[in-house]
Amino acid sequence: MLLDLQDVSKSYPTGEGVLQVLRGVSLSLDAGESLALTGESGSGKSTLLHLAGGLDRPDSGAILFEGRDIAGLDDKELAAFRRVRVGLVFQQFNLIPSLDVAANLAFQARLGGRFDAAWMARLTARLGLERLLDRYPEQLSGGQQQRVAIGRALAGRPQLIFADEPTGNLDEATGDAVLELMMSLLPETGAALLMVTHSMRLASRLGRRLHLAAGKLG
Amino acid sequence: MLGQGFAVLLSHWRRHKLQFAMLVLGLALATALWSAVQAINGEARASYARAAAVVGQDRLEQLATPDGARLPQSTYIALRTAGWLVSPVLEGEKRFGGERLRILGVDPVTLPADAAQVNVGAADIGLQRFITPPGVFIMSRETAERLKGIDTPPIRISDALPPGTVLTDIGIAQQVLDAPGQLSRLLLAPKQPAEVRPLAQVAPGLVRRAPAVESDLSRLTDSFHLNLTAFGFLAFAVGLFIVHSAIGLAFEQRRPVIRTLRAVGMPLRALILLMIVELLVLSTVAGLIGVALGYGVASLLLPDVAASLRGLYGAEVPGTLSIRPSVWGLGLAIAVTGTLVSAAARLWRIASMPLLAPARPRAWSLASERALRLQAVGGFVLLVAAWLIAQFGAGLVAGFAALGAMLLGAALILPLALSLLLKLGERLSQGVIAQWFWADTRQQLPGLSLALMALLLALAANAGVGTMVQSFRLTFVGWLDQRLPSELYVTTRSNDESQKVHDWLASRSDAVLPIWNTEVRMFGQPVQVYGIADHATYRQHWPMLEAAPDAWDSIASGQGVLANEQLARRQKLTLGDMIPLDGGHSLPLVGIFSDYGNPKGQVIVGVGLLVKLYPDASRLRYAVRIAHDKAPKLAEDLRGTFGLPDENVVNQATIKAFSLKIFERTFAVTAALNVLTLGVAAIAIFASLLTLSGMRLSQLAPAWAMGLTLKRLAWLEILRSVALASFTMLAAVPVGLGLAWMLLAVINVEAFGWRLPMHVFPMDWLRLFLLAVASAILAALLPALWLARRAPADLVKVFANER
Amino acid sequence: MNVRVLLLLLLMMATPALAQGFAGLGGDAQGFAVPERGVALSFPQDHDAHPAYRIEWWYLTANLKGADGQDYGAQWTLFRSALAPEERPGWQSPQLWMGHAALTAPQRHYSTERVGRGGVGQAGVTLAPFSASIDDWNMTSRAPVSDDALSALSINAAGDGFSYNLNLDAKGPLVLQGDHGYSVKSAQGQASFYYSQPFYEVAGTITVDGKEIAVTGQAWFDHEWSSQPLAKDQTGWDWFSFRFASGEKLMGFRLRDAGDGFTSATWIAADGTSEPQPPGALTVTPLAWSDVKGHRVPVQWKLALPAKGLDVTTVPVNADAWMDTQVSYWEGPVRIAGTHPGQGYVEMTGY
Repeated sequence: MLLDLQDVSKSYPTGEGVLQVLRGVSLSLDAGESLALTGESGSGKSTLLHLAGGLDRPDSGAILFEGRDIAGLDDKELAAFRRVRVGLVFQQFNLIPSLDVAANLAFQARLGGRFDAAWMARLTARLGLERLLDRYPEQLSGGQQQRVAIGRALAGRPQLIFADEPTGNLDEATGDAVLELMMSLLPETGAALLMVTHSMRLASRLGRRLHLAAGKLG
Repeated sequence: MLGQGFAVLLSHWRRHKLQFAMLVLGLALATALWSAVQAINGEARASYARAAAVVGQDRLEQLATPDGARLPQSTYIALRTAGWLVSPVLEGEKRFGGERLRILGVDPVTLPADAAQVNVGAADIGLQRFITPPGVFIMSRETAERLKGIDTPPIRISDALPPGTVLTDIGIAQQVLDAPGQLSRLLLAPKQPAEVRPLAQVAPGLVRRAPAVESDLSRLTDSFHLNLTAFGFLAFAVGLFIVHSAIGLAFEQRRPVIRTLRAVGMPLRALILLMIVELLVLSTVAGLIGVALGYGVASLLLPDVAASLRGLYGAEVPGTLSIRPSVWGLGLAIAVTGTLVSAAARLWRIASMPLLAPARPRAWSLASERALRLQAVGGFVLLVAAWLIAQFGAGLVAGFAALGAMLLGAALILPLALSLLLKLGERLSQGVIAQWFWADTRQQLPGLSLALMALLLALAANAGVGTMVQSFRLTFVGWLDQRLPSELYVTTRSNDESQKVHDWLASRSDAVLPIWNTEVRMFGQPVQVYGIADHATYRQHWPMLEAAPDAWDSIASGQGVLANEQLARRQKLTLGDMIPLDGGHSLPLVGIFSDYGNPKGQVIVGVGLLVKLYPDASRLRYAVRIAHDKAPKLAEDLRGTFGLPDENVVNQATIKAFSLKIFERTFAVTAALNVLTLGVAAIAIFASLLTLSGMRLSQLAPAWAMGLTLKRLAWLEILRSVALASFTMLAAVPVGLGLAWMLLAVINVEAFGWRLPMHVFPMDWLRLFLLAVASAILAALLPALWLARRAPADLVKVFANER
Repeated sequence: MNVRVLLLLLLMMATPALAQGFAGLGGDAQGFAVPERGVALSFPQDHDAHPAYRIEWWYLTANLKGADGQDYGAQWTLFRSALAPEERPGWQSPQLWMGHAALTAPQRHYSTERVGRGGVGQAGVTLAPFSASIDDWNMTSRAPVSDDALSALSINAAGDGFSYNLNLDAKGPLVLQGDHGYSVKSAQGQASFYYSQPFYEVAGTITVDGKEIAVTGQAWFDHEWSSQPLAKDQTGWDWFSFRFASGEKLMGFRLRDAGDGFTSATWIAADGTSEPQPPGALTVTPLAWSDVKGHRVPVQWKLALPAKGLDVTTVPVNADAWMDTQVSYWEGPVRIAGTHPGQGYVEMTGY
């Protein structure tokens, strides 16, 4: 088992008091698996993703990666965890605007010291980004940006890919194409995919599906 | 509804208190500095006006001798008997208990109405008392304070008189100044009878002089005040930068609120109006604070300014500030106007914004490369203009215009220069973080560019003025040694005493050199005429800039004249030109010498010639040469034998120290303003960083998500600030040097008439560099700390699906 | 000139006090000498200034006829006012001098003034030879040493738009006013020393607006000095000097106060004998009023002196004869009609 969430709870303080987002959620993910998390907005699926990706810490419960609880790691170790083990794809692409496409693609991989030129070249070709390498993110279309984001996430060959509504800002045709690309690249890296989506149609393309409702898995 | 809308707008400040504080502080500081300078200048100018108006010399024609020597009272009677409507004036200086006063004697009965500033007939004076010894001294309150405890005739207060000037009856003045039957000049009533005997017949020795519309004093001190004004403007400009950034951020952050308000139904016009009102209230409050601060700053600086003016020009300016509503009102008005102008562009954009436009703070900070390039082109144009003006322009205004163009041009070029430097850094860097650091910094640049331009100006000003001051000091000290080579300087109190002292000293010292002088009007300006003896002291030490080979011999034989640099420059004199002296004498110019710090022209002739041409010249001062170690004893003996007060027998070291002190005080004011300006620039950076910190989060979140710790990111923020400040400092060095050169070679020459060689002081630049870096670190510290302390939840929010 | 200062000249006060009477002439004597009855006037000494007294004037008025046939009038006055009852040398002198000069032409009245301090030579009176002057205005004796200094004078003055240069020759003796020169001014007993020389024949030139005109005529000279010539409640006076065709002359004045006023007169016979009239003998009645430079002034008079059978009326050569000086008053030549026709001068103050 690559990733194991055990009875994870998370709440956030808001203006009206404490909002309990997750109530004792458990799930597990194996290497090479793809898991879709569905649910209504506000059901906590993004929060779950963030916790799993080491972007935040749970109030209670354990998040085990290869048997180690990442919830207990300090900031530096969490950062290291994210650098090397995790690739993130967001709805808003979140590319680094001051770097060109080539630098963006290589950013995380180089940060984690896992840059592989050959793999990079192959990724670039597969994602159809050869002619866009010296452009800047603001000059790209949504679909192109997302492809760069995917490339960035996969460049370091992380063990975990977390995608939060990756097609949310794209039209249906582009979104399908992007997802297709991502799914096709996964087996080459051997990474596990945890994807949050509210679209049943997309969810059905993944191996497994879990549904979150009001902070609980159902 | 308006009230509610206003409340909503204001609530923004409640949440962003620091932003609010920055806006108010920036505007207040800028207003303070500008108002302080204006107040100081205003105080001085009012004082000059009073001095100029004394005995109506700015409105009435005068009759006087051509060389300014005193005329006999009988001339006045002769003119009167011939039908001329004239009024006598006697003027002179006298010390009362160590305080030097300018005594002005007038005849209140014949004084023309235009010249009567004081009502002598008033109840507390009375004509009888005024004219009967001991008479009455009328003076300003401040002068009376200076004379507390000193024995003088009865004093009456009138604030129409400038400081240090005393009005009294002409008879009393003649007594006090030991000038029986003598007058300084005659005032002409505006309307003279039609049939009077011509002046040449009645009083052939007199010339008719037009009213001095612009007093000598006002002209002389113009440059000094221009300097101060320039600084005031600089400070205000820097302050407006701060205001501009703060307002910019506030507007962008409030876009959602504005969108909501409009969607709910608030009319656009009302909204704009509310925002204008909000700005008015804010700027008025900040302006009032600024004006109050400015008053404090001016009060602190004024004594130094007054001392400088007194030492440099002999101008009397009160050391206390009077409240002038016009100055303060103007400060407030400028604060409000400046704010509204800064905000005008943003208000316009809001006005033309479609109802549901999304908030795009990132767009605000992302400016295109093209814009930077355009700006840089503008900067180059200004630099070229500056060079052209410097080459072909003349006069102080042209000098300052060139200076301003140079500074502004450099500032406009800075962002592009920095951008290029950063691009270079990106290309040269190896690691991914380094590369990202440079690229990200370049992205930050537009948001920081205003603050950095302000920093450049402040640093360049500091470097430039510092270089000028240091060059000055270096040259001045050396020059003082040349100008004051004698060991003792003696001032006697009467011609009689002068002769006795001379004889007494002659046998006890190596040489007794007369420092006899008078002041005349030559080339339409006041010029000092000095007579010197022929002595090796002069031949060896005198700081000559240019000299004919036998210059000193010509002087000694009364056939040549020396002129100081100021006069030579002003009148474009070269060796061999004829200089008009009194009584129709004209002598060739045989040398030009440097005379730093003297606002007046000066001419030197042999002392024999001086006495011949100007028998009324002051003959009271001597320089004494004697072995250094014997000087103190000689001074003691001299004082004891003749009962001379301490200050009348001074040794060289004291004079040098005094001269240096005046010099230091003059530039203390400049130094103070420099430091304040630098402080304002540092605040500008801080404000900009604060401005951007809100947006930083969304820009840094991706990097954080990908595995950079917040701590690391915070350090990078500080490093970024240091890098930018360092680069700016790098750019400031050539600009500062250019500024120094302009100050020394152009401005100073136009303003004062003498030119100093420029020296460079790298240690000063190093110090300034460290100061800049320290300010940058301080400015970046708080935002960086906040960043490091952020909860992950805040960062994660960036990735929230709903924006 | 500073207005207040000039007022101060005439206020003659060393200490602040309210102005009393016209031009403060009703103020206290305060240390100054006071005229006494029975003191004999002697000449030429009494032609000179009397520094111990507070105020003094040398006053000349002339009725002239020009070569162009027009009637003219000329006035030359030197006032002395003292801040202290003594003389000190140089600028310390407490004597202040003021000159008034006027020329009345039928179409226009010209007036001007001068001020100056004593002790320095700008203004003053000297005795040997007699000369009263201020700035370039002079009244100088032309008389030989054997004769009275005032028997032959030359006077000159100039102002805005006018000037004159006149020679005066006396055809009669000096006339002492009042009781041998002691002239009472009010019921309370205020008095001054006062004598006149009313017998001048005049010849000279006047210049009016650039035009020079030869003139002849007659002139009247007064010299008066005192320290408190008015009572506190007296607001001003009307003064008349008349020369009748018969050769007789009349000097009369009325001092106005809250009540009926105080009149006094001296009848001068053609040979110069003076017959002082008792107070109240002369009656004066204003006949017609006129608005002159913002002041309401009686410009036509009726005078009656029953003891001499006098009943005359006066008509001014120019009704606008207002003196444009700091202390202003009306002074101008008049023509006399009635029982004793002739010409004269009228002075009216306090209006």
